[in-house]
Amino acid sequence: MTTEQKETNHHTILGCIHSTESFGAVDGPGIRFVVFVQGCRMRCMYCHNPDTWRIGTGVRATADQVLSEALPYRSFWGSDGGITISGGEVLLQPEFAIDLFTQAKKLGIHTCLDTSGQPFTRQQPFFVMFKELMNVTDLLLVDIKEIDPEKHRKLTGFDNANILDMCRYLSDIGKPVWIRHVLVPGWTDDNKDLIALGTFIKTLNNVERVEVLPYHTLGIEKYHRLGIRYRLEGTEPPTEQQIQHAERLLNIRN
Amino acid sequence: MAVQDPSLTDPFWKGFQKGSWQNEINVRDFIIRNYTSYDGNESFLEKATEATATLNNKLLALKMKEREQGGVIGADTKTVSTITSHKPGYLDKNLEKIVGLQTDRPLKKALMPFGGIRMAKDALSSYGLEINPDVDHIFTDYRKTHNQGVFDVYDKNMRKCRHNKIITGLPDAYGRGRLIADFPRIALYGIDRLMQQKANDFDNSGDGEMTNDTIQLREEITEQYRALNAIKKMAESYGFDLSRPAANAREALQWIYFGYLAAIKQQNGAAMSIGRIDAFIDIYIERDLQLGVLNEQQAQELVDHFTMKLRMVTFIRTPEYNALFSGNPIWATLSLAGIAMDGRHMVTKSSYRFLNTLANMGPAPEPNITLLWSERLPKHFKNYAARVSIESSTVQYENDELMRNQWGTDYYAIACCVSAQPIADGMQFFGARANLAKAVLYTINGGVDEITKQQVGPAYEPISGDTITYDEFTKKFDPIIDWLADTYVNSLNVIHYMHDKYYYESAQMALKNTQLNRTFATGISGLSVAVDSISAIKYAAVHIIRDEDGVAVDYKVDGDYPKYGNNDDRADQIAVDLVKKFYTKMNRHHLYRGAKLSTSVLTITSNVVYGNNTGSTPNGRRKGQPFAPGANPYYGSETHGALASLLSVAKLPYKYATDGISNTFAVTPSTLGKDLQSRSNTLVNMIDGYIKKDGHHLNINVLSRDTLIDAQKHPEQYPTLTIRVSGYCVYFADLTKEQQDDVISRTFHKNL
Repeated sequence: MTTEQKETNHHTILGCIHSTESFGAVDGPGIRFVVFVQGCRMRCMYCHNPDTWRIGTGVRATADQVLSEALPYRSFWGSDGGITISGGEVLLQPEFAIDLFTQAKKLGIHTCLDTSGQPFTRQQPFFVMFKELMNVTDLLLVDIKEIDPEKHRKLTGFDNANILDMCRYLSDIGKPVWIRHVLVPGWTDDNKDLIALGTFIKTLNNVERVEVLPYHTLGIEKYHRLGIRYRLEGTEPPTEQQIQHAERLLNIRN
Repeated sequence: MAVQDPSLTDPFWKGFQKGSWQNEINVRDFIIRNYTSYDGNESFLEKATEATATLNNKLLALKMKEREQGGVIGADTKTVSTITSHKPGYLDKNLEKIVGLQTDRPLKKALMPFGGIRMAKDALSSYGLEINPDVDHIFTDYRKTHNQGVFDVYDKNMRKCRHNKIITGLPDAYGRGRLIADFPRIALYGIDRLMQQKANDFDNSGDGEMTNDTIQLREEITEQYRALNAIKKMAESYGFDLSRPAANAREALQWIYFGYLAAIKQQNGAAMSIGRIDAFIDIYIERDLQLGVLNEQQAQELVDHFTMKLRMVTFIRTPEYNALFSGNPIWATLSLAGIAMDGRHMVTKSSYRFLNTLANMGPAPEPNITLLWSERLPKHFKNYAARVSIESSTVQYENDELMRNQWGTDYYAIACCVSAQPIADGMQFFGARANLAKAVLYTINGGVDEITKQQVGPAYEPISGDTITYDEFTKKFDPIIDWLADTYVNSLNVIHYMHDKYYYESAQMALKNTQLNRTFATGISGLSVAVDSISAIKYAAVHIIRDEDGVAVDYKVDGDYPKYGNNDDRADQIAVDLVKKFYTKMNRHHLYRGAKLSTSVLTITSNVVYGNNTGSTPNGRRKGQPFAPGANPYYGSETHGALASLLSVAKLPYKYATDGISNTFAVTPSTLGKDLQSRSNTLVNMIDGYIKKDGHHLNINVLSRDTLIDAQKHPEQYPTLTIRVSGYCVYFADLTKEQQDDVISRTFHKNL
């Protein structure tokens, strides 16, 4: 392939985008432009973005198009902000992510991936793309939904072995991550599991921050609108005490 | 009357750096040569003293009593307020470090009939009080007021526009306000030196030929001279000798306050700003600290007590006025920080001390604290300011880079809500807002008002089809805007002529240069409603629904269209063009006293009243629903998040709206970040980004909707919950129910 052909090809990769948000302040460091990609295999019970589940829908856009939408906000990013790809699940569209972040890095923009890790595998062709993506990714926000594989399967529909494997891989290559855990009373707040999760995190040497995200019910309306049954009906958000308790078990110092 | 300049060895100027300020009235030169910028953090700040706490509790109790009694705990019905009309009054004579009251008792309202006797009478009677019949008689039969002067001249067209609310808030019955006197002059030079200067100016005004302009100027200078004498007399009654400069920090603040007190005794202006005194007063405090005659606690106490005075300013208003601007704001706007022309930042320890008053005495609407912001301000100060915003929602931010460059000086301050003014030699003829949303409707209905059904504008041919075509609309919109600009500017010409004649601000003008640069400050309301309506006409199909009289009263829109507030140029450009168009049309006119035109996109809380009086609009807004405040996008129009909204507003050209482009922003705390540090970091980056994109003004409220809903239900639990509305701050409890609902229904930026 000539350079020219490669260049052309490069611009025809289309991402499936659910939406964008100009003002993300809780999706990585600083103020961030957040790209929500469309499509995820997981069916987490508490997911507040069920509208991003369906694969293959959404708005098609090239990395150029997304970047040109993001760049006007650069004046707000200061020294620590940048672009975050969230979802949906970004690792279902690695070529698009590589494309967007490669261009962002050329401009010196901080890049951050918010992922569940579910598509992760050391198999090809995924793994080579993942490695390439890591070359242009500054930080990952990794959701570990449950440390217990069985509970993880029940909660999300998938096993967590490959997700924990991804965490180990990222630790091996020294890629900075923030680990996030959504605290759902009765589902993800078992003392034993939280301690085990804390222990697992301690074995990693690349974790810059651990965050407990309290479950909230603000997404229910979307389920009703989409006609999807909401399986956590009646589950209440955790109390401040429950959050602090979980943070202690996860060795988070506030 | 020759008074010698005190030399640098005299007690007043001892230790100051010399400069041209010694030989001419030039406060700016004094500040620039003497101030010490401060890069450190807030750890030096001191808490409120016992005296401050006692005084503050006393004042809060009075304010709560005033609120319980419906807004007035005492009003003068007999003594007409002048600089020297009242005997000294105190909150607590033994504890107050800074003294002086508008009348003889705290929060007692003064009687101010010079703007209009009917307004003064109506304001009293709405609180069950009756004006003294002699005063009524004098101001009805012998002494003409500003209001009478204006109505002697208004034409039919102006009256109709006023009545039909296409032009609202004309200052034709009260003080126009918006003058910032150079109060620090009194402290630096003493009154005698200022009188000497005015006498000199008097001798040098005009070449002997008595033209109208010369006669007017000479009379004004004489009035100023008289006012200076009155300020001296008033201060004397409190036991102070203002003929000489201030000798220390306490005197400097007291001298400044006496100047301000004279202004508010004479004028009930819609905005009575205090100016920009942080660097000035810091020089005096630093000198006292170095001499060892003052410690930090005492310095903070002085600043607290001075600020408390600004919290006590009050005017009696009619219910109609309160509906426009609720919570009785007086815009004692206090500007802080900024960057000097030479590139040094102007943050001093006293900038911190003024912000610290919010912690020491709790949040309050006044003074209207305004940070003159630049990315170049020191990091610690920016973070501290952001934390104050997060904790109290009482600070507003304005673009120092834009304003300093526009006005060509670092000695400017904010004159009202958001409007900049050079302190030494700037003044503005302010008034009212033109309702551009209504102008869109007049275009469709051929000048017929959609609510009163009166022919208000010229009887141009209405739009007759079922669907509004963009071509037809723009063709017919242009002459309506011409007419509106004509009527508006001419009304203001009348108002300011009469204000100068019958309600001249001699006290404030006495503290400014005799030769002034005047601006003619107009305003726009309903911008986002007009823009989205025009965009709907341009990009979608707008069908007209007419009533039995054939007047278009409602609209049905088929299809989608770009909306202002999403950083979408298609809609944002309509907004830019509209501001430029209205400015350009107004600028073709003769403007009173050679003033330079400026305009603002600013509504205060009046967006509710403007909305009440405006029919349904093509953007889907129902009849009577509030407009968005200031330059804000219309409620629900913003679908791309907070920063997209900021970028849209930042596109409005300041050059055409030098009077200010107000943006009010509400965000929930958790949206800004997980902890206080990341939240303040987010705010700093947000403000920096907005300023870098040439955004002009930003009100920031960090609250949740739930808090406001709870505060509406249980006002007694939130007596001092303070929020920022377009260009000022208000106790939430002092808003009308309708305005509270409006604030609650506004866009709160949050994400899941």
